[in-house]
Amino acid sequence: MLRPLLRKSLQSLWYTTSVSQSRCSSQATVSIQENIKNKRKRAQLGGGQKRIDAQHKKGKLTARERINLLLDLGSFIEFDMFVEQRCTDFGMDADENKLPGDSVVTGHGLIHGRQAYVFSQDFTVFGGSLSSAHAQKICKIMDQAMMVGAPVIGLNDSGGARIQEGVESLAGYADIFQRNVMASGVVPQISLIMGPCAGGAVYSPALTDFTFMVKDTSYLFITGPDVVKSVTDEDVTPEELGGAKPHTSVSGVAHDAFEDDVDALLKLRQFYNYLPLSNRDPAPIMATEDSAERSCPVLDDLIPNESTKAYDMHDVIRALADNHDFWEIMPTYAKNIVVGFSRMNGRTVGFVGNQPKVKSGCLDINASVKGARFVRFCDSFNIPLITLVDVPGFLPGTDQEHGGIIRHGAKLLYAYAEATVPKITVITRKAYGGAYDVMSSKHLRGDINYAWPTAEVAVMGAKGAVQIIFRGKDGQAEQEAEYIEKFANPYPAAIRGYIDDIIEPRVTRSRICRDLNILASKQQSNPWKKHANMPL
Amino acid sequence: MRFIKIPSRLLSGLSPSGNKLFSRLVHDSRVLQHYAQAANKSSTNDKPFDKILIANRGEIACRVMRTCRDMGIATVAIHSEADNNSVHTLMADEAVCVGPAPSSQSYLNMPVIVEAIKATGAQAVHPGYGFLSENKEFAKFLAANNTAFIGPGTFAIDAMGDKLKSKQIAMNAKVNTIPGFDGVVEDADHAVKIAGEIGYPVMIKASAGGGGKGMRIAWNEKETRDGFRFSSQEAASSFGDDRLLVEKFIDTPRHIEMQIIADSFGNTLWLNERECSIQRRNQKVVEEAPSTFLDANTRRAMGEQAVALAKAVNYKSAGTVEFLVDSKKNFYFLEMNTRLQVEHPVTEYITGLDLVREMIMVAAGHPLSITQEDVGINGWAVECRVYAENPYKSFGLPSIGRLSRYVEPTHIPNVRVDSGVREGSEISMYYDPMISKLVTYGKDRTEALSTMCSALDNYVIRGVTHNVPLCHEVLRHPDFIKGDISTNFLNEVYPNGFTGKQLSGEEHKHLCAIACAFYARQRLMGQTFLNQTRLPQMGKVMDTLEVQVKLEEKTVTALVKSNDNAYEVSLNGSDVINVSSDWSLSSPTQTLSVNSGSPFTVQCVNSSATGSYQIQFDGTVFDLEVISLTAANLRAHMPVKVPEDQSLVLRSPMPGTVLSVSCAVGDKVAEGQEVCVIEAMKMQNSLCVSRDGRVKSIHCKEKESLGEGDLILELE
Repeated sequence: MLRPLLRKSLQSLWYTTSVSQSRCSSQATVSIQENIKNKRKRAQLGGGQKRIDAQHKKGKLTARERINLLLDLGSFIEFDMFVEQRCTDFGMDADENKLPGDSVVTGHGLIHGRQAYVFSQDFTVFGGSLSSAHAQKICKIMDQAMMVGAPVIGLNDSGGARIQEGVESLAGYADIFQRNVMASGVVPQISLIMGPCAGGAVYSPALTDFTFMVKDTSYLFITGPDVVKSVTDEDVTPEELGGAKPHTSVSGVAHDAFEDDVDALLKLRQFYNYLPLSNRDPAPIMATEDSAERSCPVLDDLIPNESTKAYDMHDVIRALADNHDFWEIMPTYAKNIVVGFSRMNGRTVGFVGNQPKVKSGCLDINASVKGARFVRFCDSFNIPLITLVDVPGFLPGTDQEHGGIIRHGAKLLYAYAEATVPKITVITRKAYGGAYDVMSSKHLRGDINYAWPTAEVAVMGAKGAVQIIFRGKDGQAEQEAEYIEKFANPYPAAIRGYIDDIIEPRVTRSRICRDLNILASKQQSNPWKKHANMPL
Repeated sequence: MRFIKIPSRLLSGLSPSGNKLFSRLVHDSRVLQHYAQAANKSSTNDKPFDKILIANRGEIACRVMRTCRDMGIATVAIHSEADNNSVHTLMADEAVCVGPAPSSQSYLNMPVIVEAIKATGAQAVHPGYGFLSENKEFAKFLAANNTAFIGPGTFAIDAMGDKLKSKQIAMNAKVNTIPGFDGVVEDADHAVKIAGEIGYPVMIKASAGGGGKGMRIAWNEKETRDGFRFSSQEAASSFGDDRLLVEKFIDTPRHIEMQIIADSFGNTLWLNERECSIQRRNQKVVEEAPSTFLDANTRRAMGEQAVALAKAVNYKSAGTVEFLVDSKKNFYFLEMNTRLQVEHPVTEYITGLDLVREMIMVAAGHPLSITQEDVGINGWAVECRVYAENPYKSFGLPSIGRLSRYVEPTHIPNVRVDSGVREGSEISMYYDPMISKLVTYGKDRTEALSTMCSALDNYVIRGVTHNVPLCHEVLRHPDFIKGDISTNFLNEVYPNGFTGKQLSGEEHKHLCAIACAFYARQRLMGQTFLNQTRLPQMGKVMDTLEVQVKLEEKTVTALVKSNDNAYEVSLNGSDVINVSSDWSLSSPTQTLSVNSGSPFTVQCVNSSATGSYQIQFDGTVFDLEVISLTAANLRAHMPVKVPEDQSLVLRSPMPGTVLSVSCAVGDKVAEGQEVCVIEAMKMQNSLCVSRDGRVKSIHCKEKESLGEGDLILELE
């Protein structure tokens, strides 16, 4: 009903601009303008005030409120506000179901003055379900984001497919997946899950670079609790099945979780500043008041005298980073490796560090996968890598071997070997065995490799690794002591040129800052290939 | 054996920081002048010793070494394994490891220390305070081995180390003493009986002790029994001697002590008093010299009695006679400390003497460099003991951690910091949690106090909880400024515990404006990209920000504008406050002025890019939140997250070792019932449940070490 009317109105709009004014056409203009105004007003309300109130009651913001908070004030330019869903079945073609904009708000705007494309699913409109129009809107901004080179941020809050549309909705998902894959490594893609995200819909966030969640109000699962119950007879709440907690600490699906919508969006703004806009842009350099030459005396005393005693790798990273700021990725998953973004002399860098506080900092399946994905992101987007090594080896045991530590450990090795961004490595203490090779060693094209005086670079078999990790068991203490005595220094590696210099911990920051300046013009490329065949 | 000589390459590698660290002078110019004159006068300017071993750690070891350096004497440090890289270890010319971290196995390990003395050829030993400083066996052993003990003779240590004996000697020397029971208390019943005779309140204290350990005040019979139990346990663990005594507790007393120094030529001088009344749990926090309370006559009487006592035990070296002074200026002998006192710097400031130097000279058989007529009071000095502890819990429960950022305010004139730590040092649970002694000097008390406030403001300590808030509040308290204090000061001023600075309306506004300025600066920095060329450059100018500020449950809206050299903040649309802008958030302190007033220093301890700030203002850290008005309005829809019900769980308030657990799973417990005793820094702390209930689970065992906040037990 509405559509022919609109077409007619648009025609008359055309006439009014090209033909000299007549009484008839000016009347039409007024009504068209009125109509547009009404549509805009209607679009602003999404699914209506009642549903907005319901959304608020759940502790969630509306799609538009979220965008306003995420983007610089007044910078949002909306696309496709007039797009409507096209379903004709099940009474969906009724007037009241033709909501302008359908169940997603799309467009672009600025975050701290830098371009970003955003889509924000509107749960108040048909539960945020994905119609073909909804998918089409998302695809449009993704295409443009790739064309101009600007990141895409998705704010997910959707009940799933628009069941009334059937296969059209599924096609819509696939269209988005395809674009997620094409955009991967071209522009950063960030998903913030702010409500339910179930079924096929989960694969779009899974394909993006970062998935963040909101605690208590967001869920990610392939099949919900009801289906789980009917298939496996397992009782589980949505929170236990796919809430922020399991995904940030057990499954590793999400990269971090925030307290609530407001917290999440404000933090996302901060996170955005670390990222380049596309793979054609350099990693951002921000103005900073923290001196590149700042000495870090705290590092001199950090490494304990006993090589079996733990310390916190976060302390090292925070001491090195500008203003002690560190944006950690996956802080509660595979905590034996620490990854995240910081700035050095204003420039975004990616830190990867073994964490001696957890599992002695050894590499296991989860740590390898976590590290590998982070290294690959940095390499895709020109972010220099700084690797802090204190690794006693790979975690031994049947669990790990049968779980495929060989296959998964290879991912981290692969990622480092493939990376062509500036790679700076600091061995703070242990660098044992194959794990030494993996952690951005000279042999994997490490550009600058430093060792602290406390470094121990040693070849060590599985047995030795057991002695280190499961320390304190009888009998092995003496052997262990002798081995450590022999290799408890950085010389074996230094005399072979495998490390470039042995530096005092306090100068590490200034040395890295200088190296980053030099390496900014680094040029290195891998042989031409369609794509590499990384072990998955 | 267990000797590890620190290789010289290690030391030379650290020299850049080292030099700066070591060159920190302890004296003001007057002291130097005094000793320059003294050096001119004496024809024999030979060194008293070639090498001194310092049988201590931390700040006092460093303090002694500085004077040794001035005198050209080589130094030997002893250290535990935990102190391998500590400042005192690195500062000494030689260092010897004497055992593992616990002090009973290292700093109190006499045989190994004696070996160290022999191995290094040290001619004398300075014991500092604590550890072996008042151990007569140690002093005896040194004497037998022809090594000079830089302290008094064994007779004096012995006589004064025992409270019962010392009191008797004091009475014989006509020194005023406190009424009490002159004997060892047998058991709790006996204690109650004696207390009844003397009359409440009474003080139960360890016969062997000092420093507030093993000391309890009891106001009734129950407290006497509890006090007896705790004191004897603490005395046993701290001194290996659980004998206790009971005496009259003097109400509203001041703790004033007299510094004395004596040589072996019969010269015994009193070097004026130190006022040490500001104490918590009988441990001093703020000290000053002179005291506002003493007049010249009382001072002389006190000094002369102190000298009489010292002479009675044939005292030589530096010592301190502690007195309790009541409101009528009657003073009573408390005890004599036969060592260098922690708070000696305030005396050094007002007298211009270097007490360590005098001690060394006396130990080498030289006479004192001055006579009683030379001793005067010149100016005023104040000392704050800066501890790693949480002042909001019982005025200070120990805290541990690593000094992630540490800057001493020595750039301010007339500030002296005696410390044995540097950035990166760890404050461990093995030793005293004192970070440093912050001492300031002025021509009068007002000047010394004002310098102290700005020194505290500029003192950067991150990584451990510290008591700067408490020190600052004490210094600003009207009663303290008037000098109207007693040892009950803290309990009287803060009957419900210390809660930090209370902001006035004006201060609240200023602090909000400062947070707005920080926020504006971060916003500006956060949009200043230097290499994002294909975007229009922005960030050079900042729009007016509309924000909401929250501080202490009070919320205000603000408009923030940035102009050339200030941030203009209008609060609630009315008050316009200008905050200067020549500071950096990358630096640990921000010196700024509000409405062009006189500049002061705050510390942005923490700032998150999402608008949370922790700002240290007048010592206390305040939590502020600045968010855009848009975000503030939307936050109304956010769910309120319910925090864990803390009354059902008992957590360790401090790091320490579990001494005993006095309940089992399933036990019924009543509110206030003691369920666990934790020992931290040699103090026993009784932990009680805060409600009735049944014990659901216990998460610790005896002898287990706990961190702050660790779960101890849960109630159903």
